[in-house]
Amino acid sequence: MKSTLAISAIIFTVGLVTVPLVFSDNDFRWGGLEEYEQKSTGVPGINNPLYKEECASCHIAYAPGLLPARSWEKMMSGLDDHFGDNAELDADTYREISAYLLKNSADKSDYRRSRKIARSIKAGDAPLRISETPYFKHEHDEIPNRMVSENTKVMSFSNCNACHIKAEQGSFNEHDIRIPGYGRWDD
Amino acid sequence: MKMHIIILTSLAMLPINSAISDSATIENLMQSYKANGAVSPSAEQGKRLWGKTFKAKGAFAERSCTTCHTDDLTATGKHVKTSKVIKPMSPSVNPERLTKTRKVEKWFKRNCKWTLGRECSVQEKADILLYIANTTSF
Repeated sequence: MKSTLAISAIIFTVGLVTVPLVFSDNDFRWGGLEEYEQKSTGVPGINNPLYKEECASCHIAYAPGLLPARSWEKMMSGLDDHFGDNAELDADTYREISAYLLKNSADKSDYRRSRKIARSIKAGDAPLRISETPYFKHEHDEIPNRMVSENTKVMSFSNCNACHIKAEQGSFNEHDIRIPGYGRWDD
Repeated sequence: MKMHIIILTSLAMLPINSAISDSATIENLMQSYKANGAVSPSAEQGKRLWGKTFKAKGAFAERSCTTCHTDDLTATGKHVKTSKVIKPMSPSVNPERLTKTRKVEKWFKRNCKWTLGRECSVQEKADILLYIANTTSF
C-alpha cells in the first residue's frame, strides 16, 4: 500500500513538472532546448528595494533580465544623460545597483525569456532600450499603433506594465496581458 | 495600571517624535547651507525660482520646476516624459517629504541639472527648501 502511494506521488510530481514544459510557449526562434531554459519562464522578478527606490521614481521598474550585462554597463556609465534626464547616483548606491543589474542581467540569467532576449542581440550591440532588442520587436510586431502609441492609457512600449500586468514580477506570459481599452491579447 | 500609562504616553508621543525628526532634517540642511554661504534664505525667493523658466537644448526646450511638479506644492505632479505620477512636494499633504537629507540632496542634484542645466547654489537650495517647507522659522 505504502509503495503504491509512493509511486503515485512520483508519477504526480513528474506530471507537474513536465506538463508546463509540454504546453509552454514553443517559440524556439532564439532558443535551443538547453536544460536551464526548461526550469523557468519569464525573467527574474524585481526583488531589490534599493533598485526600486532609485530606478523606479521616474519610470516603471524594468527587470534586469530584460537587457544583457553590457547594456546595463553602458546605461550605468551614462546616468548624467539618461534618455535626456539626469539620474546620477552616489558612489555606494551606484555600486550596489550595478552589481544587482549585472548579476540578474539577461545573459547571466537562467530564465527562459531572458536567454531569448540575450541571444537575439548581436555580439557587438549593447542596446539601451529594451524595445529595440530583436526579441522584443519580434514579440510585438503584430501590435497595432492604436493599442500602444495612440492609446492614451499606454502611450509607449516603454510602459511595459500598462499591458503586462505582472511585469514587475517578471512574467510577460500571454495570459498576463490586458491591453487598456482592448482587454486580453491572444496571439 | 502604571504600565498602561507608560504605554499610552509613549504612543501619544509617536507623532510628536516624528514631527521633531522631520523638522530636524530641514534644520540640519539649512545650517549646512548657511555654513556654506547661503545668506538670509527666503521662501519668497524660493517661490520665484520654482516658477522661473530656463531654456534648454533638445526636448523640452523650456523647463521649470513646475514642468513636472505643477505650480501647486500640494498637488500631484507628473513626470513630463514618462507621465509617472509624482507625489505632492508639500510636507503638509505628504509628510514623507523633506525627512531624509540624502534624498533631498539627490533630487536637488538631479533636478537642478535637468531644469537649470547646472547644480543649484546653496542659496538657491536654501530658498527652495524654505518655500517647500512653507516655513520662515530658520
